[in-house]
Amino acid sequence: MSGTAREAMEFDVVVVGGGPSGLAAAIRLKQLAPEASVCLLEKGGEIGAHILSGAVIETRALDELIPDWKEKGAPLRTPATEDRMLFLWKKRSVSLPTPPQMHNTGNYIVSLGEVCRWLAAQAEELGVEIYPGFAAAELLEEDGRVVGVATGDMGIGRNGEPGPNHAPGMELRASYTLFAEGCRGSLAKQLMQRFGLREGVDPQTYGLGIKELWEIPKERHRPGLIQHTMGWPLDKHTYGGSWLYHFGDNLVSYGFVVGLDYRNTWLSPFDEMQRLKNHPAVRRHLEGGKRLSYGARALSEGGLQSVPRLSFPGGLLIGDTAGFLNVPKIKGTHTAMKSGMLAAEAVAEALEKGRPAEPRSFTRRVRRSWLWDELRRARNVRPAFARYGQLGGFIYSAVDTVLLRGRAPWTLHHPHTDHAVLEPADAAAPIAYPKPDGKLTFDKLSSVFLSNTNHEEDQPVHLRLRDPGRWRTVNWDRFRSPESRYCPAGVYEVPDPDAPELRINAQNCVHCKTCDIKDPTENIDWSAPEGGGGPNYPVGM
Amino acid sequence: MKLLVPVKRVIDYNVKPRVKADNSGVETAGVKMSMNPFDEIAVEEAVRLKEKGVATEIVVVSVGAAQAADTLRTAMAMGADRAILVQAEEAPEPLAVAKILRALVEREQPRLVLMGKQAIDDDMNATGQMLAGLLGWGQGTFASKIEAGGDALSVTREVDGGLETISLVLPAIVTVDLRLNEPRYASLPNIMKARKKPLETIAAAGLGVDVAPRLQTLRVVEPPERKAGIRVGSVAELVNKLRDEARVI
Ligand SMILES: Cc1cc2nc3c(=O)[nH]c(=O)nc-3n(C[C@H](O)[C@H](O)[C@H](O)COP(=O)(O)OP(=O)(O)OC[C@H]3O[C@@H](n4cnc5c(N)ncnc54)[C@H](O)[C@@H]3O)c2cc1C
Ligand code: SF4
Repeated sequence: MSGTAREAMEFDVVVVGGGPSGLAAAIRLKQLAPEASVCLLEKGGEIGAHILSGAVIETRALDELIPDWKEKGAPLRTPATEDRMLFLWKKRSVSLPTPPQMHNTGNYIVSLGEVCRWLAAQAEELGVEIYPGFAAAELLEEDGRVVGVATGDMGIGRNGEPGPNHAPGMELRASYTLFAEGCRGSLAKQLMQRFGLREGVDPQTYGLGIKELWEIPKERHRPGLIQHTMGWPLDKHTYGGSWLYHFGDNLVSYGFVVGLDYRNTWLSPFDEMQRLKNHPAVRRHLEGGKRLSYGARALSEGGLQSVPRLSFPGGLLIGDTAGFLNVPKIKGTHTAMKSGMLAAEAVAEALEKGRPAEPRSFTRRVRRSWLWDELRRARNVRPAFARYGQLGGFIYSAVDTVLLRGRAPWTLHHPHTDHAVLEPADAAAPIAYPKPDGKLTFDKLSSVFLSNTNHEEDQPVHLRLRDPGRWRTVNWDRFRSPESRYCPAGVYEVPDPDAPELRINAQNCVHCKTCDIKDPTENIDWSAPEGGGGPNYPVGM
Repeated sequence: MKLLVPVKRVIDYNVKPRVKADNSGVETAGVKMSMNPFDEIAVEEAVRLKEKGVATEIVVVSVGAAQAADTLRTAMAMGADRAILVQAEEAPEPLAVAKILRALVEREQPRLVLMGKQAIDDDMNATGQMLAGLLGWGQGTFASKIEAGGDALSVTREVDGGLETISLVLPAIVTVDLRLNEPRYASLPNIMKARKKPLETIAAAGLGVDVAPRLQTLRVVEPPERKAGIRVGSVAELVNKLRDEARVI
């Protein structure tokens, strides 16, 4: 925007995003090159404010990064004790054998936001400069090389004009920029286009996770208990299921993931997650408890087949922005951290050796690491579910991972992007969802309230329709506004179906990125709002 | 003219506070904290006075835990020159804070103390008045406009039913209200520069102030849930209900 009035600052390395991958990269870099200047930007109002995860985590990467994490007081306090895997029908359930990749012995149930806050403190101690409340909004490029990022202007009015409090953005220039924006990063998306990073790989596929944090009566709290469900309320062609983890002081993390390759435009992920709480398998855990927080976030499910080229002149993609999530395990924290650490190693070497444009050794390091090996073994599970449905996928996975130990001589591919598979409204069966009871199940607005989300109202809308006219002809006429159902924050509304017009309540957005992924013609563009905007997830989420 | 601006670290105004399970207080562990919005207005006003050439130096002070240093850095990013952190364990009561501030006023000799009218966590609205009493200085509370001229200040106050303009002889205390100004953003370059501004940490005990609480909290509970409203058919019915059921008229 106001390019000339901007101040600039030089660093050796700039990290975009303060999740597990970005923080692990910053820490590793300072361990290897203490003299290097490292700056980390986070769009959330504080580190952890935008982190939403399960989360049962493996400590493998953390053990390598900070071997004495226990002594240093890392907030990993609830060891996993019991694993349950249930298949649900509407009223009944059966226990399935826990697939080997889902055994959790040695793992911990955590609040990932809390872990990130702790990692940030470790990073700051090593001299990393961390600036929460500022989104990287723009790529800086010179002579075909990314030379850093710029933060957005603050105080631009809704009309796009600078207001009385206007403060121009700032350029953060660096020899190398690490993009750690998590699933569907907004700058990573631009980089993939600009440098053709997705050429020759499968499209990325995604899931949407919606989560609630509960506090339940002490008598019923079983710290360390892990339960996953498949089956009801989703039909057999839709990938997804719930998680339920008992951890901390009487806390339960409950959530639901649905594959964004779902076909029925009438499906509402939010309502699915609400009605699933009525099932005895979930109800008995939460009844009598109190809901403390709510949020949602997309995750990358493409796995190995969808990992793009990782390096380009001036930078690297790390963490879930590159798609390093192990889908059958539903774990991406340890892989995100490992990718950040490997990136730091590649960058530390490049800083030492004349700062070549592209720190190419990253790709080689990834391919030689346990991270790659792990994703390779897991690669066929998610596509099998897309092909063979819920139970078929489960059986296929058992064969692939138990009998063949991930060494099947074939690779199943992701034939299409998630947005392309939605069926028109008249070809799909409407779904009748029950009304919330206000105790166990809730409506969207009271839920969004608990995400503490907030955006300065007087700013340009950060959700843009590339072609506004197309909303009526495609989104409404063909699909009856799927965005008003899949958006877990009630941002999209059609107040009057007789005179359909889309209302965008951008201030409610919880930055899950689903609309950027699932819009049937990719007509919705999510860009970073004014820094600090978005959810304020408390510790515990 | 030197200004002293006290700032408090409170639960961020976007966060819905939650009462602790044992009813001993509001949960602050792991909750997002930021500068009390009224204090932000005070800092902004101080910076404007400096930009106008009225103020020469702005010293910000916070009384509280070590993390209050973040709040002081934000104030310096907005334009304050240096900061003092008075470290105290539990959040001290207004009287203790006022006594700590008195000790700092004696040390720093500011001509004006600009502060928020109240903190949004306990809504006490007391510290400014107590400090004025302890120092024997004039006070202008609930300021919505401040004009400086020579050795006096003209302060417009928000009072019940209107505005009142008073003239204050310096040194004085002014507590600020919402409409005084709209605080600026702490921009990233200024946040970076604020890291290099001086921040002095002193212990509350070192000031010789007794911070022991005088008040005892018995129980903290959530407000009762609001009952659903009703729709009345006519004005007459409304008047009847207000008189007979609600007994407010
Ligand atoms: C519902 C759900 C459940 C999950 N459960 C588990 C689990 O049980 N175990 C497990 O190991 N993993 C789990 N995962 C996966 C795990 O959370 C992710 O793999 C991991 O968080 C990825 O880390 P990351 O650093 O790549 O990205 P993220 O954790 O997404 O962090 C990215 C950070 O960058 C910030 N950011 C993004 N764009 C910008 C920008 N332009 N400027 C500034 N800042 C920016 C974001 O605000 C965010 O803080 C789950 C994920 C989801 C969504
Ligand atoms: S507007 Fe888009 S990114 Fe924001 S909450 Fe809704 S679906 Fe998610």
